[in-house]
Amino acid sequence: MSSWGRRTRTSHMVTRPAFLDDATAQVATPGTAPVAPLLARGLGRSYGDVCLNTDGRLLITDRLDRIQWLDVEAGVVRAEAGISLDRLLRVIVPRGLFLPVTPGTKFVTLGGAVANDVHGKNHETAGTFGSHVLRLGLVRSTGEALTLSRDENAALFAATIGGLGLTGFIAWVELRLVPIRSALLETETLAVRDLDDFFRIAEASAEWPFTVAWVDCFAPARELGRGLFMRSRWAETGGLSAHRAARGPALPELPGVVLNSLTLRAFNALYRRRPHALGRRTQHYDPAFYPLDALSGWNRLYGRRGFYQHQSAVPAAVAPDTVRRLLETTAAQRQGSFLAVLKRLGGVSSPGVLSFPIEGATLALDFPDRGERTRRLMLALAEQATAAGGRLYPAKDAVMSPEMFRAGFPRWREVEAWRDPAFGSDFWRRVTGDAA
Amino acid sequence: MSAPCRILILGAGSAIAQGYARARAVRGASFVLVGLNATRLAAIADDLRACGAQGTEVVTADLADLAGIETRAADLRASFGEPDEVLIAYGELGDQAESECDLDAARRAIDVNFTSVALWVLALLKNRPPQVPLSIAAIGSVAGDRGRASNFVYGSAKGGLDRFLEGLAQKHAGTPVHVLTVKPGFVDSPMTDGLAKGPLFASPEAVGAAIARAVEKRRRVVYVPWFWWGIMTIIRHLPWVVFRRLRI
Repeated sequence: MSSWGRRTRTSHMVTRPAFLDDATAQVATPGTAPVAPLLARGLGRSYGDVCLNTDGRLLITDRLDRIQWLDVEAGVVRAEAGISLDRLLRVIVPRGLFLPVTPGTKFVTLGGAVANDVHGKNHETAGTFGSHVLRLGLVRSTGEALTLSRDENAALFAATIGGLGLTGFIAWVELRLVPIRSALLETETLAVRDLDDFFRIAEASAEWPFTVAWVDCFAPARELGRGLFMRSRWAETGGLSAHRAARGPALPELPGVVLNSLTLRAFNALYRRRPHALGRRTQHYDPAFYPLDALSGWNRLYGRRGFYQHQSAVPAAVAPDTVRRLLETTAAQRQGSFLAVLKRLGGVSSPGVLSFPIEGATLALDFPDRGERTRRLMLALAEQATAAGGRLYPAKDAVMSPEMFRAGFPRWREVEAWRDPAFGSDFWRRVTGDAA
Repeated sequence: MSAPCRILILGAGSAIAQGYARARAVRGASFVLVGLNATRLAAIADDLRACGAQGTEVVTADLADLAGIETRAADLRASFGEPDEVLIAYGELGDQAESECDLDAARRAIDVNFTSVALWVLALLKNRPPQVPLSIAAIGSVAGDRGRASNFVYGSAKGGLDRFLEGLAQKHAGTPVHVLTVKPGFVDSPMTDGLAKGPLFASPEAVGAAIARAVEKRRRVVYVPWFWWGIMTIIRHLPWVVFRRLRI
């Protein structure tokens, strides 16, 4: 098994139960001799090692994908945790409902979205995914099946939101949805001249709940941060048709040399200057929120050796300076990034103890793995973000040291205290080291 | 609005049946789900209602119990009315090597995959007014298209079922009774978890949706995914001198 970054492949004992009673029986092993550590995994879209548990057990949840009830009037759904956002949207959109928060891909499970406390383009107003979870069902290895909420088992609830699946098996999730009148969005794309321009536009976009910027990594130093600012809001008309089920073959694995600094430079230049890039239009939520979902298996474009993604969040006060330094470091390495994404994060706090976003900004950069050189760049970026009081996103990270993790997530011991002793992951063993 | 399409699913806990039911639920059908495990069927029923199903009923039964089929079928028809569509989705892959030395295992593979299915079809059609429309779909297999060394017990049961349904379809040709044999290739379902899975495996959702389309079009046979039609056409026409040497 490997993760979305495809940098390593390791062996696991894998099961894929089709029903919750079977999954629960596999998790609940009270009083038995210590067996290999367990981890539940959804669709494996995390980039680093939070979804890996080398030589341990992986319980793949993708068959646990049933909706338990949907209250259209109240806008609340409860479903088994292995349901993908893809399937959930196909059911709720025609009913005039949408996810309150969505990550950049539909191909994650509900449980994965909770365990990583994912965020979306509307973080400034909506907070994280976990902020909208009303209740969830957790099965511990003791055999206990617990219901968690802000009021019931509140401390375990807080440890489980963003808890990387370590507090037990998330069996079901009850989520508050938001009403929509249309499946379409009004979108506007603006040219960003430099980093100051980005923060200025972001400040002036209060009317637009969904914002994100693409950054041209090959910009000259005086134009650092130039790119495109995309903002959108729900349209009022246009019908409620859900996206269509994905079809078509996955992309082939390209030789690792194809995505090099020349092709990336060309892509960046073309992407910025493409016709009709700027201006307003109306777009269905599928291309607007999930542009990469149309490229099935896009992670294979990075070749056999896979790729890294750096994603850090940095505090508002130092955000412009820190993002500038991160982009300078990237430019100096001349590796370039296929996709560089910059987004402002708001101050809505998540119930999750290990939740990643902090008020400020987040920058995401992809790099094909070219060995030690890339690893050094990743570490340099990680150190700069951490030194500025920021933190790295566990769902993306593959390099941070235990020291960086502890500095970024000072409350990590609360999750360790609530961790189910039968559960573990490669990520957790890496960042907690001997301390855990 | 017309009355919802009434769908009876035998073996409703199977992954393909669930995929088919989901494709049908969106159109507002109502379901009678028959299978072994009440809790699991209830979870599937809840999901179908959330997807748009007008109604769901759950019935537990051992469908392979040959002696009980006639009464059970009569009970189902009396309790829930005559169905508009029937999907027979239960089956067991069995173990070829075991079947060759354990005759009980061989008999079970044949009874589950052929005898009981044939009896269910007869029982559901018995004394049914011939002018009432009905679609009967049953899951065969590409393994039934040609006897192969690696799984001929299972394969012959599925092949026999195909012949049975073919004859039934001929009997009802030109009437509102439609008979469909579904021939899935490799499906990524719990039934095949013992096999090494590759890119030829189709998702149960996709297979279920393809069955729903084939029922709508009143097809006689459908291969899912469609490319198995090409593969099996070649395999069915291989001359014996070639076929006997193949290890497939």
